[in-house]
Amino acid sequence: MASITTTNLIKEYPGGVRGVDDLTVQINDGEFFALLGPSGCGKTTLLRTIAGLERSTGGTISIGDRDVTELDPGSRHVAMVFQDYALFPHMSVEENIAYPLKIQRVNKDSRLAKAAEVAKALTLDGLLKRRPGQLSGGQQQRVALGRAVASNPEVFLFDEPLSNLDARLRLDARTFLKRLQQELGVTTVFVTHDQAEALALADRIAIMRAGRIQQIGSPREVFHRPANIFVASFIGSVPMNLMQARVEGENVIVGLDSVPLPTSARGLALGGQDVTWGARPEYLSLHSEEHPNAIRGTVTVLENLGASVLVSLAVGSQLLQVVVDEGLEPEPGTLGWVTVDPRRTLLFDSEGTRIDSLADAAELTLTGTTSAW
Amino acid sequence: MEVRKFFALVGKTIFIALVLAFFAIPVLWLVFAPFDKHPRLSVKLPEFTLDNFVALFNNPTALSSLGNSVILALGTMVLVLVLGSLASYSLSRVKIPGREILLYSLLLLSSIITGTAAMVPTFLMMVKLHLIDSQLGVVLVLGAGIMPTVIFILKDFMDSTPRSYEESARIYGAKPLRILWDVVIPLARPGLATIAVWAVVQVWGNFLIPYILLRSPGKSPAAVVMYTFYTEGGQPNLALISAFSLVFSFPVIAMYFFVNRRYGFRFHGGIKS
Repeated sequence: MASITTTNLIKEYPGGVRGVDDLTVQINDGEFFALLGPSGCGKTTLLRTIAGLERSTGGTISIGDRDVTELDPGSRHVAMVFQDYALFPHMSVEENIAYPLKIQRVNKDSRLAKAAEVAKALTLDGLLKRRPGQLSGGQQQRVALGRAVASNPEVFLFDEPLSNLDARLRLDARTFLKRLQQELGVTTVFVTHDQAEALALADRIAIMRAGRIQQIGSPREVFHRPANIFVASFIGSVPMNLMQARVEGENVIVGLDSVPLPTSARGLALGGQDVTWGARPEYLSLHSEEHPNAIRGTVTVLENLGASVLVSLAVGSQLLQVVVDEGLEPEPGTLGWVTVDPRRTLLFDSEGTRIDSLADAAELTLTGTTSAW
Repeated sequence: MEVRKFFALVGKTIFIALVLAFFAIPVLWLVFAPFDKHPRLSVKLPEFTLDNFVALFNNPTALSSLGNSVILALGTMVLVLVLGSLASYSLSRVKIPGREILLYSLLLLSSIITGTAAMVPTFLMMVKLHLIDSQLGVVLVLGAGIMPTVIFILKDFMDSTPRSYEESARIYGAKPLRILWDVVIPLARPGLATIAVWAVVQVWGNFLIPYILLRSPGKSPAAVVMYTFYTEGGQPNLALISAFSLVFSFPVIAMYFFVNRRYGFRFHGGIKS
């Protein structure tokens, strides 16, 4: 059990590309920490640098109170689960799980006993003599977890461990993973490009882009108070509406209509300022009759989400999306009026940073200070 | 039209028959001649006898030469497997500038080392090293000669082993040699088996190097000893040679079937599986 601290960490590849760019992060003891971002954002590089598989070019990494920057991966007391699991195909499940102990020169009886114990906890008993090739994807994933658990590490590092499972199994594995982490209480860093996975699993999420952290916060914080447009558009199963708008007094002009200024931006937004107005489709209401303080649009596309429907409305040249309950969706081609709750909307300035009176967005980005929502 | 088709078919059939005969006749000779009372340099149904084999097994040089062949073949095999896997693993994992060119030029030069071109310098070098008339000397020269090809083929197998296997072993504290032994070698086993068979075949049939480097008949392998089977009249002793040829070819064929069953021969790297 240990915390992880990186200080001004840099990983520069030959040619000057920075996979990790001057990154300072504190991951608390026992925390389930997700690194989230699009492919190529440096999240896997950061994970591999923490593991020691990549040598850092600058800065330091500490695990607990040990500076591990110059240590070999094997001396860092970390366990890693790879995206492809990397189970040794020529070894049985038992041998795979016991392999870290074999390296640690634990005698055969006790390491096989440990493997059996771990396998039982991961509901793998009965499969101990099988080869990885004879297991299903979900079982393979649990063997990979078992090998990590058996090594008794201070830190778990997971590199997209769920991405090779099919959608249904992934949900089960997600719940399983979270329960396992809670039971063991081991500090866990989890790389994913799936925002839903990060929101569901993590205690805190770091959203990365081009080797830099855009925002660190709890799932609730990054969902409700994204630090900038990038985070806002990345988080959420249906993307946030981000519309060109202009501030006018206590109102925001979106298209031809005006809606109340978001509560968080009151007193900070200047009249006439060009801004981006952000609102999650889930928090908007659609009406079929004219409404005061509403945005008017023409219904163009309906997308079924199961228990709800995603309605796209054309507002001038922009598109506004609203989630409505099933059975309440309008006909395509009809007019609709969208009303907003000013507490649920956000404003971003022309640089893309959130305009906020409650917490300074820039400070949130740099230090990862959390603010009560 | 019909006539032209007919002649085309006849032409094709004759061509195929000729090609087939070209390959089949030596094999038929190898199968029939050893059992023939009066073998000649032509294929004919044998007057059946096992006398040729009796004569062969009564010839002490013949049997011991097979033993020598085994020593040379296995010695070279072990040498190239050990050094080849170490070299190909490092070449596969460590990036050095000009690696591919190095490999290709080694491959190109290797045919010179075991070939006739470098015969004199090789001989002189072995004299200086006091390795003339030593089986170790033959193993070293043969091993060096086939090593580039071994490295070239094995590197392909090593390249196709996903790195995450090694990385996951590294995370748990395994050192490079340990990783090679625990993870890489078992995964490259089909490649190693291929190389082992190929090395044995190369050495088994090699005449030139042992002929030059070995002096005493007691150390010579079968390929060289066969060359010495003459009758008192100075004619090649076809009875002995044919029987010996059959016995000589047997181990290689047997080994091929064994390895093929155990590991199968496959080459990685061409198609992404």
